[in-house]
Amino acid sequence: MNTEIVTQSAPRARIKLSLVFDHGILILGAAFLILPVLMLLQMSTMPDLFNMKNGPSFAIGDQLDENFRKAMFEADGFSGENTGVQMLWNSLILGLGFAAGKIVLGMMAAYAIVYFRMRFATFAFWIIFTTLLLPLEVRILPSYEIVQQLGMLNTYQGLIIPLIASATATFFFRQYFRSIPEELVEAARIDGAGPFKFFIDILVPLSRTMIAAMFIIMFVYGWNQYLWPTMITTDEDMFTLVRGIKQIRQSLEGTSLPEYGRANMLALIAILPPVLIVIFFQSWFVKGLTESDK
Amino acid sequence: MKRAAFTNRWLPILLLVPQISIIGIFFYWPAIHALRSSFYLQDPFGFSETFVGFANYASLFNSASYGRAAIFTVSFTLLVTILSLGIALLLAVKADKVVRGAKTYRTLLMWVYAVAPPVAGVMGLILFNQSWGPISDLFKSLGWDFALGVNYYDTAFAMVLISVWKQIPVNFIFFLSGLQSIPKSVREAAMIDNRSAAGRFWDVTFPLLAPTGFFLLITNITYSLFDTFGIIDTVVKGEPGNNPMTLVYKVYVDGFRGNDLGGSSAQSVVLMVLVLAMTVFQFRLVERRIHYT
Repeated sequence: MNTEIVTQSAPRARIKLSLVFDHGILILGAAFLILPVLMLLQMSTMPDLFNMKNGPSFAIGDQLDENFRKAMFEADGFSGENTGVQMLWNSLILGLGFAAGKIVLGMMAAYAIVYFRMRFATFAFWIIFTTLLLPLEVRILPSYEIVQQLGMLNTYQGLIIPLIASATATFFFRQYFRSIPEELVEAARIDGAGPFKFFIDILVPLSRTMIAAMFIIMFVYGWNQYLWPTMITTDEDMFTLVRGIKQIRQSLEGTSLPEYGRANMLALIAILPPVLIVIFFQSWFVKGLTESDK
Repeated sequence: MKRAAFTNRWLPILLLVPQISIIGIFFYWPAIHALRSSFYLQDPFGFSETFVGFANYASLFNSASYGRAAIFTVSFTLLVTILSLGIALLLAVKADKVVRGAKTYRTLLMWVYAVAPPVAGVMGLILFNQSWGPISDLFKSLGWDFALGVNYYDTAFAMVLISVWKQIPVNFIFFLSGLQSIPKSVREAAMIDNRSAAGRFWDVTFPLLAPTGFFLLITNITYSLFDTFGIIDTVVKGEPGNNPMTLVYKVYVDGFRGNDLGGSSAQSVVLMVLVLAMTVFQFRLVERRIHYT
C-alpha cells in the first residue's frame, strides 16, 4: 500500500521540480536582460548629487518629471539646438526615411530581376548582391570623403542615402517574389494586366505582411545607427538620439556635477520607440527576421 | 526570373536605375577608393600623395598594435559568439518547453534587440563604474579590483559581457522559432524512442536546429566584428590608448584620429577580403553540408 503511493507520487513531484527549474532559468534570463534598463530608470528619478555619490540604488526619488523636462527641452551642447525633441525628430526622419527608401528601392529592383526578361539580368543581380557582403563600417573613411565631396555633410540625404546602399531588402523581396506562384502572373497577363498594373494591384497587396515586417526591422536598424551619424553630423541640430549618446557620455565626464538623471533619461527615450515597436508588432517582427534572413 | 516574364525593354532598367546608382555612388566608388588609397601614402593634410605599392600593407602586418587588435578581435568574437549562442539556446529550449507564460517570456527576452549598442555601452559604464558600479562592487567583494578603462583585461571583460547581453535576444528568437518549427510528429516519435530528455535533445532537436545554428554562427561573427562598434566606442570613451579594440574600430581610430589614410584604407581592404572569404566559405558549407527542410 505504502509503496504504491510512493511510486505514484514520485514522478509527479519530479515533473514539478523540473518545471520550477525551467521557469527559474527563464526568469533569471529575463532579469539579466531587464535589470540594466530598470537601473537607468531608477537613476533618473534621483537627484544628481545622490547619483554621483552612490550610483544606482533601490531608492525611488521624485526627479523623474524634472529629468524628463531637462532631457526633452534643455539643450546640452554649444548651439542650444540639440534638445531631446530635436534629436527625437531627427531619429524619426532617419528611421522612417531609411526604412521607406530601402523598401521602395528594394521592391523595384527585385521586381525587375524576378519578373522581366533582360539581357543583363545576371550582371545586375551580382552588382546588387555583392553589396550584401560589405557593411558600411568597412568602407567608412572613403564613404565619408565622398559624402563630403558631394556637399552632403549635415543633411538628411547624407544621413540616409549612403546607409541605403546595400541590398538586404532587395534580397528579401527577391526571395519572396520567387515564392509567389507563376500562375498569378500568367493569369494577370491573360486578363490583360500590364507590368505596372500587376505590380501595383497584385504584387504589392500580396506582399503586405512582408513589407510590414521589413519596415519594422529596417526602422529599428536605421534608428539605432551610430557610427555613420556620428561621422557626418557635426551640427548639433542634426544629431539623432543615438548620436546624442556620445554627448551624454562626454557630459558625464565633465568636471562639474555629472547629470546622471538627465543622461539616463535621454538614453531611455532613445530606446523607447524601437523597443515599443518590437514589442507591439512582435509577430511581424519575428516573421520578418526568421523567414527572410535565411 | 520567372518563365512567364514580361518582355518590356526599358521598364526593368528604369526600375533598377535608382538602386544601382545609389550602390554605385555610395558602395562601389568608396570601395574602389579604399583599394586605391591603400597603395598611396598621403601627407596628413591631404595635399599630396605618393604611390608606395604594398608598403601600407607591409607596415600593417609588421605593426604590433595591429597584431594585438587582430588577436583581440578573434578572442572577442569567439567569446561573444559562444556565450550568446549558448545562453540563448538554453533560454529558447526552456521557453519552448513551458506551456504557461510562453508568450510573456518571449516578449521579456526579445525586446533588447531594439536597444541601440551605444546605449548598452552607457549601461555598462554605470554597471562597471569604479567607485559604485553594482558589478564592480560585486567583484570587489570577491577580491577582484575591477578597473574599467584602465586594466586591459577588465575592459575586455566588460565589452564581452555587454555585447553578449545585446546579442542574446536575436539568437533567442531564431532558436525559438527553429524549435517551434520542428513537427509535432517528429517530437512524438522521439519521445517513444528516447526516454531521456537530454538524449532527445542531442539526437533529435540539435541536428534539426543545425541550419539555424549555422546561420546564427555567421550572424554572430558579423555582429561581433561590426555591430559592436557603438559598444566599444562608448566603453573606451573615445580614448583608445591602451584599451582593447576590434579591427573595425581600429580602421576608424587610425583613419579619423590618426589621420593615417593609407594605413586605414589598407585595413579596410584586409577586412573586405576577410568578409568575402567568410561569405564564400559560408555558401559552400551551407550548400554541401546542411540541408534545409
